[in-house]
Amino acid sequence: MFPKDLLYTKSHEWVKIEGDDVTVGITSHAQEELGDIVYVDYSNIYEDGEFTVEEIKKGDAFCSIESVKAVSDVYAPITIKPTEINSDLEDAPETVNQAPYENGWLLKGKMVNEVEKGELLSAEEYEKFVEEEKG
Amino acid sequence: MEEKNLKHTPLTEVHQKLNARMVPFAGYLMPVQYESALLEHLAVRNSVGIFDVSHMGEVFIEGEDALSFVQKLTCNNAKKLKETQIQYSALTYPNGTFVDDLLVYKFNDKKFMLCVNAANREKDYKWILSHKEGNVEVFDRSDSYTQIAIQGPKALETLQPLVDVNLSEIKYYWFKPGKVLGTDAIISRTGYTGEDGFEIYFSPEKAPEVWNALLEEGKKFDIKPCGLAARNTLRLEAKMALYGNDIDDKHTVLEADLGWICKLKKGDFIGRDVLLKQKEEGIKIKLVGFEVKSKVPARDHYPVYIDGKEVSYVTSGSFAPYLKKNIGLTYLPIEKSEIGTEFQIKVRNKFLEATVVETPFYKREKK
Repeated sequence: MFPKDLLYTKSHEWVKIEGDDVTVGITSHAQEELGDIVYVDYSNIYEDGEFTVEEIKKGDAFCSIESVKAVSDVYAPITIKPTEINSDLEDAPETVNQAPYENGWLLKGKMVNEVEKGELLSAEEYEKFVEEEKG
Repeated sequence: MEEKNLKHTPLTEVHQKLNARMVPFAGYLMPVQYESALLEHLAVRNSVGIFDVSHMGEVFIEGEDALSFVQKLTCNNAKKLKETQIQYSALTYPNGTFVDDLLVYKFNDKKFMLCVNAANREKDYKWILSHKEGNVEVFDRSDSYTQIAIQGPKALETLQPLVDVNLSEIKYYWFKPGKVLGTDAIISRTGYTGEDGFEIYFSPEKAPEVWNALLEEGKKFDIKPCGLAARNTLRLEAKMALYGNDIDDKHTVLEADLGWICKLKKGDFIGRDVLLKQKEEGIKIKLVGFEVKSKVPARDHYPVYIDGKEVSYVTSGSFAPYLKKNIGLTYLPIEKSEIGTEFQIKVRNKFLEATVVETPFYKREKK
């Protein structure tokens, strides 16, 4: 149900780690819970074409996702030196609903501390967590 | 509240089968959305959608003095109502604020039905009982009725095959007693979406059958079952007030910009003295509609600033799916309530620029 090559958090982010390159997004489950996404707000970390922070600590909110129903923060699964936000989402925020693991990614950057990787959930563990949460 | 303590409507299981996302609302387990709140909203604007609104309360006032009692409880002029006509009104406190807003259905001078908000149902019933005067009886018959709203330009065509009355003969804010799939029903041309449509009240036993028949009839119009999220954005675009957000026991009917339901010349009613005085002296704050220019929506309860000072908060705020703008409502000082006035809304430690605009934000084209 959830891609096996990704790692997950209990706050419903996924992270793809290739060497020290990191890509972060929200899971298909999270986008379903949020419903129709109308805006992704990076103003926490990014302004006028530049990052306003050098590093996003594990657990820090790096963007806010506005849906028709609600607003929700997205947290860094591990500590990241950010290199890129997904600027395509400015005009097409619904991409996060449509392709949460591909074109709907939220942040790219460099891994800072490999040890943190061990605290993330595997696809199986995350699926189990989602089932439990549904009760 | 634990899910197990929540009340179910006669349609709860039907919603669950449709994979609706269920949330607690006013003590009920209610569908907030099915597939997409956005598409549900657009379905109502462009075609047709149906809503389970069985959580709404139905309180009946019956007896010789029913009319004069309704006149005393509510601020609109119930005397103007003809038989089978409906009026938007409010139950008012002595200080001119809201016990609730409601629809008054007149069957005849001796029988009225009040359709009240789910969250206020018990409070309203107690309030009404405690002010009872003359020869009247008050009945809370909420549990005897399922209420389904059929809303949108294709509402009439969707509902017509299921009922025994000619729907085109019912004017906006009128109703007709009739039958839906053979069962007694109150068929009312009303709604909370800013669109043409109907609300039908009938026996809970028939609820799933009627709901499914509506979905079947509406198939050719791409009908959608709609949840509370779409209901909220639809009513906000139409600037229909939500109790607990835009109207409450802190703001008067006049401050809520509902002077049109406040008939001070009709004679005495609870709250009249205060409202009369407020009208003479002029209100100091007023509920206004605003638009924010940024892509970030201003949401309920976000603080409102004028000249760097926090003066108010957003009572309702959202992305408006049909208008594709970020809109909302807030109370502003009267001298800052003119159309075009600019102010700020604080969102996550930054400020959004907002402008007071004409309301309703959305108005349907009348045929």
